[in-house]
Amino acid sequence: MAKTVNVNVHHVTRVEGHGNIVVNATDGQIEKVEWQVPEAPRFFEAMVRGRSYEDIQTIVSRICGICSITHSLASTKAVENAMDIEVSEQADTVRILMHYSEQLQSHVLHVGYLVSPDLFGLPSVVPLAAKAPEVVLAVIRLHRLANEWSDLIAGRTTHPVTLKPGGLTKFPTEKELRGLQERLKKSVGDLTAVAEAVLSVAGNIPDFTRETEYVSLKQDNPPTYTFYHGDITSTDYDGTVAINDWQSVANEYVSDQSTAKWTKWNRGSYAVGALARFNNNAELLSPMAKDVAKTFGLAKGCCNPFMNNVAQLVECVHVVETSIGMIDDLLTKGLKAEKVKVSPKAGKASGCVEAPRGILFHEYEFDRKGNCVGADICIPTNQNHASIQEDFEKFVPEILDEGEDAVRLKMEMLVRSYDPCISCSTHMLDVQFVK
Amino acid sequence: MSKPKIAIFDFACCEGCQLQFVNLEEELLDLLSVADVVEWREAMSEKSDEYDIAIVEGSITRLEDEERLKMIRSRAKILIALGACATMGGVNKLKNNFDLDDVKKCVYGKDAKKPHLATQMTKGADEVVDVDYYVHGCPIDRKEFTYIVRSLVMGKTPEIPDYPVCVECKANGNPCLWEEGQVCLGPIIRAGCGARCPSNGFRCFGCRGYIDNPNVDAAKDVIDKFGLNVDDLKTKMVLFGSRQEPTIHG
Repeated sequence: MAKTVNVNVHHVTRVEGHGNIVVNATDGQIEKVEWQVPEAPRFFEAMVRGRSYEDIQTIVSRICGICSITHSLASTKAVENAMDIEVSEQADTVRILMHYSEQLQSHVLHVGYLVSPDLFGLPSVVPLAAKAPEVVLAVIRLHRLANEWSDLIAGRTTHPVTLKPGGLTKFPTEKELRGLQERLKKSVGDLTAVAEAVLSVAGNIPDFTRETEYVSLKQDNPPTYTFYHGDITSTDYDGTVAINDWQSVANEYVSDQSTAKWTKWNRGSYAVGALARFNNNAELLSPMAKDVAKTFGLAKGCCNPFMNNVAQLVECVHVVETSIGMIDDLLTKGLKAEKVKVSPKAGKASGCVEAPRGILFHEYEFDRKGNCVGADICIPTNQNHASIQEDFEKFVPEILDEGEDAVRLKMEMLVRSYDPCISCSTHMLDVQFVK
Repeated sequence: MSKPKIAIFDFACCEGCQLQFVNLEEELLDLLSVADVVEWREAMSEKSDEYDIAIVEGSITRLEDEERLKMIRSRAKILIALGACATMGGVNKLKNNFDLDDVKKCVYGKDAKKPHLATQMTKGADEVVDVDYYVHGCPIDRKEFTYIVRSLVMGKTPEIPDYPVCVECKANGNPCLWEEGQVCLGPIIRAGCGARCPSNGFRCFGCRGYIDNPNVDAAKDVIDKFGLNVDDLKTKMVLFGSRQEPTIHG
């Protein structure tokens, strides 16, 4: 059957930031398949020049409203690496707790509010609330928990205010930590309910596979399913690369096919995000998280990008279960007041953490007064663009016979599955526009 | 009165203010019972050209975005600027401290001249169109946002504080961060945030903009008292670009 399909989705909805999808196919021949990003560039790397090391995280947190804690942490770590600033063990643990709150917030928002309407065949979470109110209420409770968790440790839900080079401006009290731990324990029921609801419609997750390289952090000492410490690894790479050498992993380049600045390492493209972390570190997940992965049949080596959303669910369970133990540890040791005094000095270094949507690199150089003289930031969504494009090229021929509407919907679903955070995009160099 | 139609639009920003709508959780459902949200790209697939209230997030950095904002203004009875990027340009205004060609070259190198990277001086929404109401902050305070929308739906004018953050900070019983050597902008910045940052031990960096008549002489006294100079203050004031910079005489 000859198929003529023209899909032109201007500004994909239910993603953070602006992206376009273009497909032209005539008589079954695909002429053009493109993933385009027309987000207004904001030039953060230029804007931080001249600013003090103590103001960097306040500025770059504004790269992204959803992963503001992640950007603050990556930049603060870079400042600390550049100036050899030590961080105490308790501050380190509380920062990881802060980071986990954002993983939960972002994953619940993405899977619960933005992706699940696709799986239930609905245009948004509003009609979903009418169709499956108990599931949506569980999603809302989890999202509220994640936000109040951020509020407690980061000072607020978006754009943290308790982080500073060398530590934190404020620690939660032991009573507050106990209260948080109680709520985390109680949230397991909601996590299970959401996982079961997604499992009930898992048949609608497209069956698509494209073998590729998955890049994430890896932490050996102690072995941890890491979002915060460690070095860089991939499913194609035996061993790890030091954080300061991240440019040799990202290898940013301008593609011939479009003008977007993409990344590649050991093959034509690589993917980052929950599925990448899972494919590199799954054996280190918490027990309950492993169980959830098993019920979905998610195992290491999975190359179905749509399963990234299942990996996000698995990580929700992991961060909750792990945090319960971390709070025990903090309470056992007892929280101590910290006075941090930092003396700026000249230096250049990188900081790396896992954003909910994948590995994030920040690099800064400072003069001897601690004023920034240069910055380089590489965000996860940009590292996924080449992968999204290569997925499109394999996926569209497989579904072309299903007609324009199905092609449009499935391509939008594919983009959403990567959880792109396009407002983050500091290095977006796209594309010719549709004529 | 029939339910007002609300449409939500985003320009150059981190979309963190929209995120605060989602963070209303159940309260968002209450809001949806008194207003119809007809367009909201970040959360819905539906789109619409008809609305009573337009909520605009983000700063304006391109000519095409100025045109889009004017079109939105022409269709809306009420236009609300949401968050620091829309109310005053926000952190994106840091760019205005540099030559635009230099900014582009710094980030994009040899590709800086590509047409889709065209950028102009960052503007707040009211530098392009008339704005009826402002929801200050980076990000917005969700309680203040619901208060403003509730007031408008009831036909009332919302009242926004015109006193400095110090008032709320004192009420919270916080020790003054200046005593710790932090350069805090509390004395000149608009309250309404509950002094969120200083209450967490972090200096106010001015995301709600200046109060209408900041007492700059008092600010200067504070600077002198703590042995700092005007440049120390200015280097913090620049973080959230402002259209109404008070003059502080050194």
